[in-house]
Amino acid sequence: MSDDIRPQVRAIIAEQAMIDVDQVTQDSTLDALGLDSLGLVEIVFAIEEQFGVTVPYNANDPSSGEFDISSVKAVEDGVIRLVTEEA
Amino acid sequence: MRRVVVTGSGVVSALGVGHAAHIAGLREGRSGIGPIELINTDGLTIPIAAEAKGYDAADHFNRNELTLRDRVTQMALTAAAEAMTGAGLEITDALAGRTATIIGTSMGGQHTQDDNYKLIYREGKQRVHPFTVPKLMSNAPASWISMEHGLKGPAWSVSTACASSNHAIGQAFHLIRSGGADAAVTGGAESGLTFGVLKAWEGLRVMSKDTCRPFSKTRTGMVQGEGAAILVLEEYGHAKARGAHIIGEIIGFGMTADANDIVQPSLDGAARAMKAALADARLDGSEIAYINAHGTATAANDKTECAAIRQVFGAHADSLMVSSTKSMHGHCIGAAGALELVATLMALHDGVVAPTANYEEADPECDLDVVPNTARETAVPYALSNSFAFGGLNAVLVAKRFDA
Repeated sequence: MSDDIRPQVRAIIAEQAMIDVDQVTQDSTLDALGLDSLGLVEIVFAIEEQFGVTVPYNANDPSSGEFDISSVKAVEDGVIRLVTEEA
Repeated sequence: MRRVVVTGSGVVSALGVGHAAHIAGLREGRSGIGPIELINTDGLTIPIAAEAKGYDAADHFNRNELTLRDRVTQMALTAAAEAMTGAGLEITDALAGRTATIIGTSMGGQHTQDDNYKLIYREGKQRVHPFTVPKLMSNAPASWISMEHGLKGPAWSVSTACASSNHAIGQAFHLIRSGGADAAVTGGAESGLTFGVLKAWEGLRVMSKDTCRPFSKTRTGMVQGEGAAILVLEEYGHAKARGAHIIGEIIGFGMTADANDIVQPSLDGAARAMKAALADARLDGSEIAYINAHGTATAANDKTECAAIRQVFGAHADSLMVSSTKSMHGHCIGAAGALELVATLMALHDGVVAPTANYEEADPECDLDVVPNTARETAVPYALSNSFAFGGLNAVLVAKRFDA
């Protein structure tokens, strides 16, 4: 299942960053992709809508650890974990 | 130049009903934030707010009156009645046309809107109450206040999100100072604790799940509030002639637009608004002792506001007291500036600076004297009250202790 999720997450990130999905690598940071805190909020919303999960994300404290956004891979892992928990 | 003084104040907030209850809560550093009881919170991620739990509209209005007045108007009318009684202002035929009504509200009658959307979209009703439009329109609070008190001068509502009531009060101040009115009933009201509004705020991901901790390193975002604060502003000579008690004086108003981002705050826009307010007051920044900050407790606002204060005040920033009373009455959006001007007037009139409640840990990016947790008794000759709205619309008031 996680094989499905990772490219979907990357596609969401790419759309929000307005770049080609090939440019979104697992070790990219969202910052390096040009995403600000509002871009992150929109990504979180898109993830919630697409996967039917609730992402514990607060724009005031994005590094609080509840949901790791330090890299693209961290976001993918976080979504997989949420989807697994939901299932 | 004509001077403008405050001669009446009325409040409904999470700290209590009435001016005295509100400032007593501010003095105590008491937080009015807690679980929402006004509506069913099933399905809300963040079911806390600074709700005006002590306010029961049935204490103030009969059933017919309630039918025509959304909660936002009820609170505005209750606060206005207190302000007018306190001011002791008799609205003669001559004064009626010279008295303005300028009321800020960001969202107007949200309970009416929410309730009626539920009726037509969820319950499939074919019709809504005939007075839905006059209940939900944003000018309803201003209109009802003018009707209730027979105020026939210039009247309008102001909607600039979180700066609505600072813009309203500032316009009332300028109107009286310039001779366009001799008195004004002004301030703001907001009652947006509805399922729809709270869902919208949740979406922004800037809301705290626990409480509002402005300037604290541990801050986790803003907390919604509701309430109203209405003030009577009066030309000084008019107030003096009738022997009115003067709570404080408004001496400056500055407003700017960031012209930058729809939600991110701007250091430049905030700093320019403070400078414009000081220039309007013809006052040097070194005279200011206290700033009632916008202080929403979002990561972005608080550090930006502190940096803006440093830019405007330079070395004097280290001598300033800067507190955010949103920590106690929540972020009342369109009523915020008015509730905070009441706190500012308390500092000037009573020599008590309201604290920043819920404060835990110093943040190097907010390294000002934020008056943590405990009110401070000290003489305040001049003070600033900041409001910086979403959309980058900034409004800053300068107030002075009244010393005759």
